[in-house]
Amino acid sequence: MFHRECGYYKTSYEADQAVLPIPVAKQGIGLFAIVFLVLIPLHSMITGIEYYVSLVSLVGITVVGALGLNILLGYTGQISIGHAAFMSVGAYTAANLAVKFGLPFYITLPLGGVMAALIGIVVGFPSLRVKGLYLAIATIAAQFIIEWVINHTPAISGGVAAAIEVERPDLFGWKLDAAVELYYFVIFFAIIAIIAATNLVRSRIGRAFIAIRDQDIAAEIIGISVFRYKLYAFAISSFFAGCTGVLYTYYLGIATYEQFQIVVSIDFLAMCIIGGLGSIIGSILGAFFITLLPTVIRIVMETIGPWFMDPSDLPTVIGQLRLIFFGGLIMLFLILEPEGLNRMWLNIRNYFRVWPFSY
Amino acid sequence: MQNALNLLSRGKYVLLLAIFLGLMIWRDGFTVLIRDWEFAVALIAEGTLTGLMYSLIALGFVLIYKSTDAINFAQGEFVMIAAIVVAGMLDWLGLPLWLAILIGFAFMIAFGMGLERFVLRPMIGMPIVAIIMATIGLAFFLRGFGPLVFGAAPTTINLPIPDSPIILGPLYLKPIGLVGAAASLLFLAGFGWFFLKTRKGVAMRAVADSHQVSMAMGINVERYFAIAWVMAGIVALMGGLLWGNMVGVDTQLALVGLKVFPVVILGGLDSVNGVILGGIIVGVTEAMTSGFIDPVVGGGMKDFAPYVLMIIMLMIRPYGIFGRRLIERI
Repeated sequence: MFHRECGYYKTSYEADQAVLPIPVAKQGIGLFAIVFLVLIPLHSMITGIEYYVSLVSLVGITVVGALGLNILLGYTGQISIGHAAFMSVGAYTAANLAVKFGLPFYITLPLGGVMAALIGIVVGFPSLRVKGLYLAIATIAAQFIIEWVINHTPAISGGVAAAIEVERPDLFGWKLDAAVELYYFVIFFAIIAIIAATNLVRSRIGRAFIAIRDQDIAAEIIGISVFRYKLYAFAISSFFAGCTGVLYTYYLGIATYEQFQIVVSIDFLAMCIIGGLGSIIGSILGAFFITLLPTVIRIVMETIGPWFMDPSDLPTVIGQLRLIFFGGLIMLFLILEPEGLNRMWLNIRNYFRVWPFSY
Repeated sequence: MQNALNLLSRGKYVLLLAIFLGLMIWRDGFTVLIRDWEFAVALIAEGTLTGLMYSLIALGFVLIYKSTDAINFAQGEFVMIAAIVVAGMLDWLGLPLWLAILIGFAFMIAFGMGLERFVLRPMIGMPIVAIIMATIGLAFFLRGFGPLVFGAAPTTINLPIPDSPIILGPLYLKPIGLVGAAASLLFLAGFGWFFLKTRKGVAMRAVADSHQVSMAMGINVERYFAIAWVMAGIVALMGGLLWGNMVGVDTQLALVGLKVFPVVILGGLDSVNGVILGGIIVGVTEAMTSGFIDPVVGGGMKDFAPYVLMIIMLMIRPYGIFGRRLIERI
């Protein structure tokens, strides 16, 4: 009804290659921009409720990491169960630079990402030799080793508690410490990440990634250097992960390894699977889904829970339900809809494309 | 020429050995080992016993991989759910131990069959990453489901085994460790015999070799998939009883599953014999690290020392000591 494609004639290569080929896509993006850039912060500023803003900020941070992991898992077909460790590398790099050298965020953020990318390349080296299960296990090992090294090196982790407190980001003397300011800070980088990832997967590098995912030996035969592009994939993906870690650090005001344990790696894997492997929209939807799932479960249980159980048991039960839904949804999506939320969205869109005349 | 090539391919082993020896001499490792030889021997004995109990858990993983090509990241959670069911029956309903174990047995059989039917069978033919993720999802599901249904309070399973250690010279052996090691060896020998001699075992090896050819030979492949998952469940029940007795029953018990990967990579993913060797290597490495290296570096290295060993193994021989080398075709 709305998503009509007829009547828009592409008369140049630029128009054919455009990211948003038809007006309704541009209008849709504009609508989202208004909601996320104007309405949500405005609501917070008028009512003084910081809850929704902080929730969407967390989603924005996870979007960056989910995009990064999807580039590796969904586009290049290499699994990594150590992404939280790359995030911790970025987080601690930025925290150390910010605290010891007093550098501002626009320097520590890219440097944290670059450091994570370097570590990612080192971890990615086994991917040249092993794949599938072996790579999964090698990245689990990387997760444990990086976690241990950070924890046991006081020069990195800043002492016994392995936590470094970081000042809020400082934009040319303007300190971003209100919830709405931090919200814009996070959303800005999330938008950059979305644009970067969208364009990356359309480029020569992105096409090489997809070729490697579909058949690595065949990709090598048509002249793609599998060695180089697998390392690119690991580097880019862990750069995104490192930036996620830095954003977490600035957002929470503290860099701590507890934020980056193996469960977090699996959270991000779940975002890619539930959202849809090999899709940008999927990563965003997955990030929303997994980040908001615990909140939804909590709200629902706090409403209906007291009817049939002791209220003092609620927190434990909510924790357990979260695990059950999380694991169960991963399995359900893999069995019923392996292409995730992205495919659902496409199905809905394609249905309405010719609605109500479906023939 | 061939000899020179052989030597070259052995070169990496020689190099690694040289690095190891060099490090040991540089850090006075041998002096420490000789001075504390009684401590070292005790650690090796303890590590071997623990390692054999790791083998028992890794056996479940290998059984599934060998016959269905599926990868089970939830083996630790299998152990946990089995232990939680048995402990729940003991604590909750106050059943005698044998009845609780019997109920656990029935539960694991039903669980294995249901899992194969409703989760793994729809996923046949999907890429390996999808199956890994599905079992990770299963792991989380079980971690929430077990405590929710059978009670979250940490507890233990008290097997009728004495607590007092058996003292042999420098060795202090815990009876539970001895029982665990003996049970592991018994299970491993039993499965070795099963795969070699029985009709079902031969059929399972055929299924592992090629699903299509076994179907053509009249083997009901799906039935053998179910049998493999049920066997993994039973092995997990055994592991759950032993580990539940040693470390107590709660969701933390699932963490023994993390030891499975070094064991199976070192031994070979599809080798029952490799599981024994891999388990012993992992157990001894862990014990020696916690005894000699942890005091120097400040602890915690015990948990990932086997992983370091595993990464070295992945670099030089990814298919493990006894594993089958796979040749990739387009």
